[in-house]
Amino acid sequence: MNKEYLNVILADDDEGNLILFKSILQDLKIHIKVKTFCNITDTMEYLNADDAVIPEVFFMNFNTSGKNCITYLSELKADNRFDHMTTVIYAQSISSENEEEVFVNGANVLMKKPDNYRDMKKNVTDIMTVTWQYHTSGLNKNNFIMKV
Amino acid sequence: MYVKFDFNTLCRKVLEDKLKDQGLKYRLINSGEVELYESLTKEQCKVFKENLGNYGIEIIESQKTALVQKIKDTIVELVGSDEMIPVKASIYIAEKLNHSYGYLSNLFSEIANTSIENFIIIHKIECAKELIISGKYNLTEIAQRLNYSSVAHLSTQFKNMTGLTPSQFQKIVTMRRKVQRYDQQYLRAI
Repeated sequence: MNKEYLNVILADDDEGNLILFKSILQDLKIHIKVKTFCNITDTMEYLNADDAVIPEVFFMNFNTSGKNCITYLSELKADNRFDHMTTVIYAQSISSENEEEVFVNGANVLMKKPDNYRDMKKNVTDIMTVTWQYHTSGLNKNNFIMKV
Repeated sequence: MYVKFDFNTLCRKVLEDKLKDQGLKYRLINSGEVELYESLTKEQCKVFKENLGNYGIEIIESQKTALVQKIKDTIVELVGSDEMIPVKASIYIAEKLNHSYGYLSNLFSEIANTSIENFIIIHKIECAKELIISGKYNLTEIAQRLNYSSVAHLSTQFKNMTGLTPSQFQKIVTMRRKVQRYDQQYLRAI
């Protein structure tokens, strides 16, 4: 597929994280259009609307307020409109049981959020580089499972 | 029931069916290149683009993008080949596409947002995943099929690319299938 840019949605109730991710994504060589939500309920409402532009990539904080992150993942997995969307879950720390649960419930990428900008930029760049290949080179997205 | 896709065969079949549907005279040069014996009218071109678009297939109009696609096709062919290719990948690609490797490498990085070397690794790991999921091969056999020097080499590259060991990957895929089966049974029950 000959894509020129990727649509990305960021959902996090921590505004600092949103600013950080947005600035890293906009610095990448790959062209990205970013939409941010500081509330997961609003994000799901947007995604579930009939006229929503389903993004190629969805970043969500594991420790989001509201329902459990796994519940949101299950909702997304159950709706085939999101079959082509790459879901990235990130967390400062996460137990190994939760790690497994995140993947089993449909997340493609799990990122342990580094505490410094340089590592964070490297991780996000790696994720987006591989994601770009999945969206432009006909790779099987069902097999896209990555932990950084 | 689970099915395994061979994307090359699938895309080739769709392309051929659509070419035949429109009564076009053609020759498939490889999976991503078609030679048409007669040029298309604007209307034919529009219909053809629409027909292919429904299947996520696009006509590449830029020469640079077309060459990058040829590099990708060559890599897919190289990685999928059962025969051991006796030359380095860089030499094989350059000779096959009749350009210097330096030119191809720069062009690829500019358009594909990754290097040829990295794309080869990504593709090899994707093939390894398909083979793991098929359940037909053990890791030693997979390493041999994909021309790795050892199982350790395959495992290290797998871990570097995915952050998971091959067995962790397999466990997640198996658990996903179990959950899927459970969901389907639950849906049928209500």
